[in-house]
Amino acid sequence: MMIPACRLADLPRGEAHRLDIDPPVSVFHTDDGELFAIDDTCTHQDASLADGWLEGCEVECPLHASKFDLRTGAVDAPPAKLPVRTHEVLVEDGMIYVRLSTEAPNLPPCIASRLAGGPA
Amino acid sequence: MRTVAVVGASLAGLSAARSLRKRGYDGRLVVIGDEPHRPYDRPPLSKEFLAGTLGEADLALERDDEDLQAEWVLGTRATGLDRTERAIRLADGREMRADGVVIATGAAARTLPGTEGLAGVHVLRTLDDARALRDDLARGGRLVVIGGGFIGAEVASTAYALGLDVTVVEAAPTPLAGPLGEVMGGIVSALHTDHGVRLLCGVGVKGLSGGERSETGVPPDGVRGRVDAVLLEDGRSIPADTVVVGVGARPCVEWLEGSGVALDNGVKCGADGRTSLAGVVAVGDCANWYDPHAGIHRRVEHWTGALERPDAAVATLLAYGATQPGVPRPPYFWSDQYGVKIQFVGHAAGADSVTVEEGAPDERSFLAVYRRAGTPVAVLGMNQPRLFTRWRKQFTAARP
Repeated sequence: MMIPACRLADLPRGEAHRLDIDPPVSVFHTDDGELFAIDDTCTHQDASLADGWLEGCEVECPLHASKFDLRTGAVDAPPAKLPVRTHEVLVEDGMIYVRLSTEAPNLPPCIASRLAGGPA
Repeated sequence: MRTVAVVGASLAGLSAARSLRKRGYDGRLVVIGDEPHRPYDRPPLSKEFLAGTLGEADLALERDDEDLQAEWVLGTRATGLDRTERAIRLADGREMRADGVVIATGAAARTLPGTEGLAGVHVLRTLDDARALRDDLARGGRLVVIGGGFIGAEVASTAYALGLDVTVVEAAPTPLAGPLGEVMGGIVSALHTDHGVRLLCGVGVKGLSGGERSETGVPPDGVRGRVDAVLLEDGRSIPADTVVVGVGARPCVEWLEGSGVALDNGVKCGADGRTSLAGVVAVGDCANWYDPHAGIHRRVEHWTGALERPDAAVATLLAYGATQPGVPRPPYFWSDQYGVKIQFVGHAAGADSVTVEEGAPDERSFLAVYRRAGTPVAVLGMNQPRLFTRWRKQFTAARP
């Protein structure tokens, strides 16, 4: 599925744009001008990676210290143990689009249980 | 270097073991832990684990596919370090010889004298502490938390959400004044009263009542029955079904007495974790690292310090002390209380001003900057993760 995210001109380098879908996905524009899309929720706890610390091709969760590689989704440090999904990014006529991954997301326990209809 | 022993199997010890392998050390690696558990995460113990939303499996720090090729010696504590043999003595009588030693023995919760054997009285540091406290909180009733620091405040918040009647007793006039300063300590600790949790400040605890009265103190079987009240210095008695003592922690370094490792408020270290003994470094809560910015030694009991600093210490160890210490990021910690996210970076001590830059303290959503002579020395955020990250980044980059 292709989802329009935002205009490239509206996403400066070093910034992120969150798509409020369920689960949310964020597009990151690195300082080097590359675009990446990953699941926005840290796999450890409910935190938005779009609020995090972007450095090179890595984003650090805004609450704790886990860093995710924007290229692969891999996590490098605890408390998170699972990677985030990565999504394909396309730019057409100045508009950023995201093609969502068909894999199952790795959501933190509190969110996973809410989506499963269990206790929050 | 053929054998490295990491003494301590919590976050700092695990981080050191990971760093050793990441930096190419392929010799024998022994990790010694006094608890029987593999490395687990402590921050959720006062929050999600106590509330029952995270289980024990969720606390594991190692990934399922991770194998550090380490020998795990768990459930036995180190009792001594022999400097000539470079050997670690264990409580079970064994000795482990090592060419390099990483001291990561952490800190232990301070207790109240005279409360031994009294049921319903808890400290919170380990998984076993948290299991016992969780079982007691499930009984409901009245909880008194002694100490208004972060652990005490998080337990109070969790217990409040579980429906208990909660009172927090703090000896200082303002809770959290040490880490946050008077003004911000007052604002953050007001979260208690926002939620109808009683906060009694500026009064010390004289003792606890309950259990068997005995002329000789603790009965031979060590069991004295259950606590029923907290007695305050001003004569008040606060009824309690459960008591949590959250009055700080002391570094676990007794085992190093006489080893030649210099001790002073924990293990005295250089800016790269090196101790007074060659081939021995120290990391985590037991380590009193030199802070070149401030020109003093500081023992930083933060999760992120236990995560990030071992890499510098391991680099030092592997290079036989011939490395230039890197500059660690300024200390960062977080807390979650009553649904509010609290984040802090830097050192509040020595600030001559605190200004709210965004948001409103009354709404428990703001960002405040601490300055000394106009230069930021610390940043506090309440429910402002995005803004806090920006400030933290600027603040970290601007450090001299």
